[in-house]
Order: sequence, then C-alpha cells, then structure tokens
Amino acid sequence: MATFGDWLNKRFPLRELMREHLTEYFAPKNFNFLYYTGSLLLLMIVLQFVTGFLLMAHYVPTSQDAFASVQGIMYDVRWGWLIRYMHVDGVSLIFVLLYLHIGRGMLYGSYRKPRELLWIIGYTIYILMMGEAFLGYVLPFGNLSYWAGMVITSIIHSVPFVGPALSTLARGGAGIGTATLERFLALHAVLWFWILAAAIFIHILALHQVGSNNPDGIEIKDTKGADGHPLDGIPFHPYYTVKDIFGVGVWLTIFAAIIFYAPTMHGVFLERTTFSPANPMVSLPDVTPPWYLAPFYAMLRAVPNKMAGIVLMAVAVVLPFFLPWLDRSPVKSSRYRPVYRIMILVMAVTFFTLAWVGEQPPLPKYFLLERAGAAIYVGFYLLLPIISRWEPTRKVPDRVTS
Amino acid sequence: MKIMRKYAIVAVLVAGVAGLSVRANADTLLSLPAGYFNKPAVIAGAKLFARHCSACHSVQSLRFNRLASLGMTKAEIQKDVMLESGANYLQGMQPAMTLAQAKGWFGMPPPDLSHMVRNLGAGFIYNYLQSFYWDPSRPSGWNNHLFPKVAMPNVLQPWSGIVTKQGKVIEPGRVTPAAFHKKVADIVAFLRYASDPSVFTRYKLGGYVLGALIAFSLIAYWLKKEYWKDVHSDSAKHKK
Repeated sequence: MATFGDWLNKRFPLRELMREHLTEYFAPKNFNFLYYTGSLLLLMIVLQFVTGFLLMAHYVPTSQDAFASVQGIMYDVRWGWLIRYMHVDGVSLIFVLLYLHIGRGMLYGSYRKPRELLWIIGYTIYILMMGEAFLGYVLPFGNLSYWAGMVITSIIHSVPFVGPALSTLARGGAGIGTATLERFLALHAVLWFWILAAAIFIHILALHQVGSNNPDGIEIKDTKGADGHPLDGIPFHPYYTVKDIFGVGVWLTIFAAIIFYAPTMHGVFLERTTFSPANPMVSLPDVTPPWYLAPFYAMLRAVPNKMAGIVLMAVAVVLPFFLPWLDRSPVKSSRYRPVYRIMILVMAVTFFTLAWVGEQPPLPKYFLLERAGAAIYVGFYLLLPIISRWEPTRKVPDRVTS
Repeated sequence: MKIMRKYAIVAVLVAGVAGLSVRANADTLLSLPAGYFNKPAVIAGAKLFARHCSACHSVQSLRFNRLASLGMTKAEIQKDVMLESGANYLQGMQPAMTLAQAKGWFGMPPPDLSHMVRNLGAGFIYNYLQSFYWDPSRPSGWNNHLFPKVAMPNVLQPWSGIVTKQGKVIEPGRVTPAAFHKKVADIVAFLRYASDPSVFTRYKLGGYVLGALIAFSLIAYWLKKEYWKDVHSDSAKHKK
C-alpha cells in the first residue's frame, strides 16, 4: 500500500491535505459541547444532499401532481417515509445546530479579529440556508407551501423599482404554479444548493487559515512550544475526530428518536397545514413561517406599515454582518465580560421569544411583545459599540482553562 | 388542561378556515382514551369506516393492500373493507358516491380523509364526530357544535341517537355511550393510521435503531476517553 500511496501523492497532494487540515491542524484543547455543532452541520448537509437526491427521483414538480407525488413517497415508495422524514426533520435540526453554532460564535467572540471574514462567510451561509429552506418548503405544495410562497414572493414584490419584475421572475408568472415549482426545484437542488456548498467549503478553508477560537477567546498561536506547535493546541486528528464521532453518535440518536417517534414534532417541524393540498381558494387564517424563520417574521409584523416592516426585517437580517466592528471591547469571550454575557443571554431569550410569537396568529395582544422583541434585537447591535467600550472586563488568563 | 387547550386552538383554526365562529365549550370536549391507537383498533376502525364513511369519503393515499401490513388477509380486506363496491385492491380508497352526486347532495364533494388527522388532529375529529345535534333549520337536519353549519349529516345517528343543541335526548342511541365512544375512537384510530401508515413500522424499528445508535455512542465515548487520556495527562501533548 505504501507504494500506491507514493504513486498517488506524486500526483495528488493527499498527504499534504491530511497534514494541513487534520493531523497538523492544531485546535484548542478546551472545546466544550458547542464545538460539536460544526462537524454535525457538515454531516447534516451531506444527509440532506443524499435524501434530497432520493426524494427528487420520485417528485413531480407540477401544481397538479406535486402534492400527490410527495404523498406517494410517504405511502408507496419503499422507505420513502424514512427518507422524507429525514429530509424534513433534518431542516429543523440544521437550524437548531445553526443557532447553537452562531450563538457560540457570539458567546466566545469568534467574530472578532482575525475571524471577521470567517464570521461573514458563516453568516452568509445562514442566510443562504434560509433561502434553501424556503425553496424546499414550497415544493410539497401543501396549502402552507402555496401561501408561504405567495407571502415571500410578495415581499420580493415590494423591493423598489425591480420588485414586480423580480417577483414575476421568481414565480415564473403572475401566480404560484407549475412554473414556480419547476424553477424552485431547479434552484433548491442545483444552483442554490451548490452555492451553499461552495460557501461551506470556503468557510472551512477560512477557518483553517485563522484557526479555531475557544471558550476563553485566547489565541493559542500566541503561546507556542519549542517544536513550534501551540502549547494549548492538539492535532485535530485523532483527538477531535474521535470526539466528533461520539458527537455524531449522540446527535444521530436524537435525530432517530424524532424521526421514529415524533416526525412532525407535534406540528412544529411539519406543520398541520402542510397536510392539505395547495388551494388558492382556501386562504389560511394565518400564514406563519417555520419556527426557524419566525423571529424575522415577528419583526416584520411588529410594524403596521408593510414597507417599514420589510425594512426592519431586512435590517435585522443584515445587522449581524457588522458584529466584528460593532464590538469594541479588548476582550473576546463573554466569560470575561460580565455585561456582555447578560446582553447575550437577553438576546437569546428575545430571539426565541420572537420565534414563538412569530408562530402565533396576528392578534393585537402580541404586538407589544413583537415590538419589545424587535427593539431589544436591534438595540443589542446599536448599544454594543457603546457598552463594549466602557464595560468592565475580568482578567483573561494567558493559557486556556480546561 | 393542556390537551383541552390544544383542541380548542384546533377548533378555532378550523372555524377560521370555514370563516365561522366556534361556540363549543372547551369543558365539554372529550379526550381520546389512552391507548386507543393499536392494530386491532385500526382494523376495527377500517371496517367501521367502510360501512359508515366510505360511501362519501375517499382515502386516496391509502391503497387497500396496505391494510395487509396490519395483519389482515386479502379475503378479509375484500369482504370487510372493500365491501361490494367493486373497488380495486391495489388502488386508493375511493368513495362509492360519484362527484356529480356529491355536488347535488351536499353542494361540494366531501373532503378526502387521507391526511385529515394530521391536518386537524385526532382529538378534533374524535370530538367532531360526537358533536352533532338535531337542527331542523339545516338541510340535512343536523348541525355540529365544533363545526357549525357543516354539510355532513350525523351518519353515526344509530349509535349516538338524536340530541338537541341543549343536550336533550330525543331518541337514545342503540348502543351505550361507552360503546359509542369506543366505535368513534376506532374510526379515529383508522384515520390516524391512514394519515401515517408507516407508524407501526416506525415504532417497532425505532427501538432497534436507537439501541444501535446508543451502543455506537457508548463505544465512541470509550474510544474518545482512551485517546484523550494523554491530553488530560498533559504529558504527551505533541505525540503524533
């Protein structure tokens, strides 16, 4: 085998890649459970690709047959139910992981110099993921798919000047129909997906350039041993590969428990209204987005004016891009920033409160909550430059704590 | 209480779809008996469904032969579920009534029930089927507490009897209320199965899959512990 290895490595830099990205990629040794999310996200994306491919083999993208073809997968295709539940529940679980992954970045200051670009690429992936989820959401053509498609494309419609033309382009006509399903399938499975995959690849390359942050927010590259390796770093392989394999085991156990015992997650992962066919004559009393998009939807509804609501939602989506420059504190990790730590906690509670309220019917009693949530969300980013300047910080140790 | 609230929410939702208001009192809602959902109940429900519901309602997504996976024989399915309707064993369940008849009698075709339980909830359907009351002002003579002005008549009248809106019994049912509840629960069990026929396979297979994954996780944990010994001992940090 050694001879084959030599033959191969003269022609392809396999050993070099292994060394650079696994055996000699040094990661901090103090990772906690939040650091499983990266490898798990990668796994889930691969699973979505495989299950999506299998679903596509049985799916018919026409307004007439889309719903029936999806039910055909659920009822008649051998193991079709398993594949579809994996794909549908996989989306919600990807967003669970994404929120943990992003939250971890905020908690430990992983967006700060020198990881600004890494953060921006990562956040772009999140936005692409929302688009990918929406495109897929319309395909089964249940009644929720239809009305969600209408609502989102009508938001595109409100873009100044080019909006109407753009929404016609997105829908493939004046309404949601076969042309919409065909182009959404092409986007979901080909163009959008591959842009997403490329962004993930770039994200990992950028990560390996700057190295991983850690819960203490200390640069391990600053303290190197005699051999030139970081003293607090350990080779990714074998240490983190075996650790991540354990993470995969636990995660797949959770995933399987959902698929086998609560595949609709009581209407949260697979909503009730997806079980009636698309019907332009029966409008839903309240079209609510899936839980992972609901925080932004709640902010959209917080303002009674449609245009102002869309602007607020767009601002809310875009603000995290600026996080690396809004934070002025000399310290990265919230472990040594008591005020910032509270801000993050409030932000997390606010975000999931907005997710909950975004799922509720548009009743006046929720307006206050929606507005307060939107104010706290935007306020976090607006106040951060000021608070981070004067907030007291605790002494950061020189070496990572374990 | 939580379940009651869920049903109330679903009821509001359904009324919203119909553009009507709900007058049902949440206190009167019934809970499905625990453990109502099992294979014998689904089979019993399929037979009841065939006799009382399939004249008007289709279950397009569920093919008759699928019922064989519950342990029914082909002869049994043909005799008790397909009846004499001339239905195709390999096709989905179709109503005996034609579309033209449906339009003439009810103004609109009765909905397909394949996904109704997942759409409206088992609890809602269980209560809905037991919420009919006598209302001479309606074309069918029937109205419903949970779904006011619904076009469907009370097809379960022989069991439920005739009750006025205020709950006064005009004619008692032929079976006891307990037996009536059981029959409706069986029909709901069948519809729940119809909305998700992988359910029994899932429940059974799930145990093995979870067992295998937990075993895998334990082995992986042990492996991780072994490898990480030298990280924690801090001595062989740069061992390759």
